[in-house]
Amino acid sequence: MKKTNNMVAPWLLLLPATVLLAAFTHIPAVMTFINSFYRTPRGNRPARFVGLDQYSNMLSDPVFMAALKNNAIYALGTVPAAIALSMLMAVIVNSAIRGRALLRMSFFLPTVLPMIAVANIWLFFYTPGYGLIDQFLGLFGFHERNWLGDPDTVLGSLMVLAIWKEAGFFMIFYLAALQQISPTLSEAAALEGASRWYFFRRVTFPLLMPTTLFVMINAIINSFRLIDHVIVMTRGGPDNASTLLLYYVYNVAFRFWDAAYASALTVVLLAALALLAFVQFGVLDRKVHYK
Amino acid sequence: MSAMTLSHHTREASFWRVLEIGACYLLGLLWILPLFYAVWMAVHPPAYEVRFELFAPVTLQNFVDAWNAAPFARYFLNTFALITTILVCQFVVCTLAAYAFARYEFRGKTVVFMLVLIQLMIMPEVLMVENYRTISKLGLVDTVVAMGLPYMASAFGIFLLRQTFLTVPKELDDAARVEGAGPLAVLLKVYVPLARPIYVAYGLVSVSYHWNNLLWPLVITNSVTTRPLTVGLQVFASPDQGVQWSVISAATLMTSAPLLIGFLLFQRQFVQSFMRAGIK
Repeated sequence: MKKTNNMVAPWLLLLPATVLLAAFTHIPAVMTFINSFYRTPRGNRPARFVGLDQYSNMLSDPVFMAALKNNAIYALGTVPAAIALSMLMAVIVNSAIRGRALLRMSFFLPTVLPMIAVANIWLFFYTPGYGLIDQFLGLFGFHERNWLGDPDTVLGSLMVLAIWKEAGFFMIFYLAALQQISPTLSEAAALEGASRWYFFRRVTFPLLMPTTLFVMINAIINSFRLIDHVIVMTRGGPDNASTLLLYYVYNVAFRFWDAAYASALTVVLLAALALLAFVQFGVLDRKVHYK
Repeated sequence: MSAMTLSHHTREASFWRVLEIGACYLLGLLWILPLFYAVWMAVHPPAYEVRFELFAPVTLQNFVDAWNAAPFARYFLNTFALITTILVCQFVVCTLAAYAFARYEFRGKTVVFMLVLIQLMIMPEVLMVENYRTISKLGLVDTVVAMGLPYMASAFGIFLLRQTFLTVPKELDDAARVEGAGPLAVLLKVYVPLARPIYVAYGLVSVSYHWNNLLWPLVITNSVTTRPLTVGLQVFASPDQGVQWSVISAATLMTSAPLLIGFLLFQRQFVQSFMRAGIK
């Protein structure tokens, strides 16, 4: 391309994208931050600058604290499990096992289904006494449990569903990465008499590192972003034991109509995501090799 | 002696091998079981929800009941309108932006590109409070356009297409320009055709994402005439409404059916598309 090209062309090309991104990502992000320092106008009481009041309210808000804790547990539970399972699935599907295509389909299918459909199906599994899980456990003499109605089991129940839904999706990325690994490596290792487990640990696993990073970041984002199953299955209950951060934002904004407090809560979410971005671009990218 | 230990070894090895393969199939079975079970519930009368008999009567009544219980035809139409609107706009907006990033040098390019990539982290639903405010100021609450607007400029799409456009040989571009084609003509005649597989890949990812999306449409719609399938299903299948499980199952399968059938028919393309979209 000639350097004499006018400077207008690229900006014209970028115009629709930048306008839309500014309108629905950048400006809202900044406005969220600004609005978090105000009070929601109600009736004849106008919005008023309240400084850090929303944030100090937050610290004494037990629901927020519960949501923060739940989200941390949720991420720490689902992300490593989904990574390990998806890696295992990819290795299985990439091996010479008979019925590969069927296995791949079975792993991937939950990904194609809407989260709300999955939640509906699982809602029945978890039904106390009558549901499939209790019927199955009943065969071994276990008592019925109210899986979604008990604060001790509700978050775990949601996590199992999330892992089931996501693992197949991440498997695809591992599968793509595995197929890039040269077969001569495993042939050489077999000649040297290396066990398959040794080969996986010393060769495959390190080579999959960039994929693992990619999957990890996406899994963490999803753990903050996807709350469909909370809406359908538990509505955050019982006793806020399954409230996740974004679900709390949704509730505060569209049930209590307190936009200012919802903004302050969103800022916490944004901070978490920014930290994640910093980790990805700043720290890990230097350690992991990309093409 | 050595022959004996050898055969002992191989027998032990093959035992573990069989166990391992069995475990693989078990995992596959476990993963597909919930879906099989949903199908079982949907095609049998409610009495067989947890009674597994080989000759249980098969019926489509649950689907009929579900179809009649809520305006699903309308919801299908709304979802269809939504995904087409989003897909067409995403293709146009992302193609133009990707072309600018791939083939032009201009001041501030890196900064703008980084600003675009921010959206990979901060997805529109996270900002739903402000986005709701913007949409109501525009007077667009409860419209198909409102459901699609925040997603039309997709950082993922721009990034994906930019990577692809970068691999197009400069010579092709130059040749077309020598023949007198303008930038847009070059884009349409050289770049877009060469990136076709990527458009298919991105299209599949986008369609399945928006077919399944619930939160933002739930926030921004409030009537039958705009609600997509996911929101319709959510309204219909709230457990406190006392709807039969078998009917909920049927409705759930029915609303996911186009994607499921599409996936089963084009499994290879689907998987390859998701792979392509994932490799940078």
